[in-house]
Amino acid sequence: MSSIEVELVSAERRVWSGDASFVLARTTEGEIGILPHHAPLLGILVNGVVTIRVMDGSVVTAAVHGGFLSVANNRVSILAEVAELASEIDLDRAREALSRLASEAVDEMAEARARTRLAAAGA
Amino acid sequence: MGAQLRIYRRRMRSVKATKKITKAMELISASRIVKAQQRVRSSSPYAIELTRAISAVASYSNVDHPLTREITNPRRAAVLVIASDRGMAGAYANNAIKEGDQLTAFLRSRGLEVSSYLVGRKAVNYYRFRSRPVVASWTGFSDNPSYLNAKEIADALITAFLTPTELGGVDELHIVYTEFVSMVTQQPLVRRLLPLEVVESVAPPPGGIFPLYEFEPTAEDVLDALLPRYVESRVYNALLQSAASEHAARRRAMKSATDNAEDLIKSLTRLANAARQAEITQEISEIVGGADALASASAGSE
Repeated sequence: MSSIEVELVSAERRVWSGDASFVLARTTEGEIGILPHHAPLLGILVNGVVTIRVMDGSVVTAAVHGGFLSVANNRVSILAEVAELASEIDLDRAREALSRLASEAVDEMAEARARTRLAAAGA
Repeated sequence: MGAQLRIYRRRMRSVKATKKITKAMELISASRIVKAQQRVRSSSPYAIELTRAISAVASYSNVDHPLTREITNPRRAAVLVIASDRGMAGAYANNAIKEGDQLTAFLRSRGLEVSSYLVGRKAVNYYRFRSRPVVASWTGFSDNPSYLNAKEIADALITAFLTPTELGGVDELHIVYTEFVSMVTQQPLVRRLLPLEVVESVAPPPGGIFPLYEFEPTAEDVLDALLPRYVESRVYNALLQSAASEHAARRRAMKSATDNAEDLIKSLTRLANAARQAEITQEISEIVGGADALASASAGSE
């Protein structure tokens, strides 16, 4: 089976990299699925969940906040200002943050971020 | 114990206490330099990818973006000076501030008004003491900056840059930071950040020319989204380099403070020993003198 090289980097570190069979992300135009040998593409991502199907069959999900996606030479780079793997997200803390932000209703951006984080963690 | 000896002992105690503190700070800084260097390294994949993406867009569309547009008659320039929050780092903060002063003087000589943006309590205090106007300042993160700090700073700077000059906007943006060359060398540097120079678009990437990208939604929109990120990542890199330099400068300053304390302790120990010896000699000569006097007094009475 053919594969595509994926690199998920945030401004502060490389979050995940490896070979995958499929990548699902959300750009400003809508959801986009990327299979190996996809045509070169540069797209702006919205806050959302990125799903990477790894070659060994496991699935990596991550919450990304603001960033973009570039595909070229059978290589996907997902650049996000903030990116967190689902496995790194502390569910209780994320829930608490969301309820606090929702009740205050001051920082919509932060609230959206908290919601994305929860979605990525699968709750 | 004699008065002289007591004073020496007291001074030795205080120097030893100081030495313990400076030694601890030296060790802390040494471990933080490594961490700070790691952060610089781990931020580079993002910067590299971003530069690649911008070069790719730039080579397929006309790069005419407000952030890259040269202004023909610049009237006002912004200077961002990155210094430290705390002292005890030798001349680190001062070097950056002095570099900023020189740049300011140079820009004034070109007939530009200069508005100052500051990072770090040291810089803020320096400007406040001389009652110089400051447009905005950020403090509290100079030794461990996060990307959100950089974003906040970059947002303020981009807003100022995009505001028309008549309304108080700036036409140029310079950034003064300290480059981390090595553990022993850190160099204050001046870089022009805005308008951006998209130099990379001229040279083709190492792997040949860029593939023909599809843009989502359009090349202009992608560029719109990418360029502010690029500015943010430049500011972030400057903050990280400065943080690493700050730790390195502090380690060196604290190492020489520790060495000086050691020298001082050594010479004080010598002085204290001499004082102790002198005391003993004096006591002996007093006893001998007393015994002599007693002996001669009893000899005279016989």
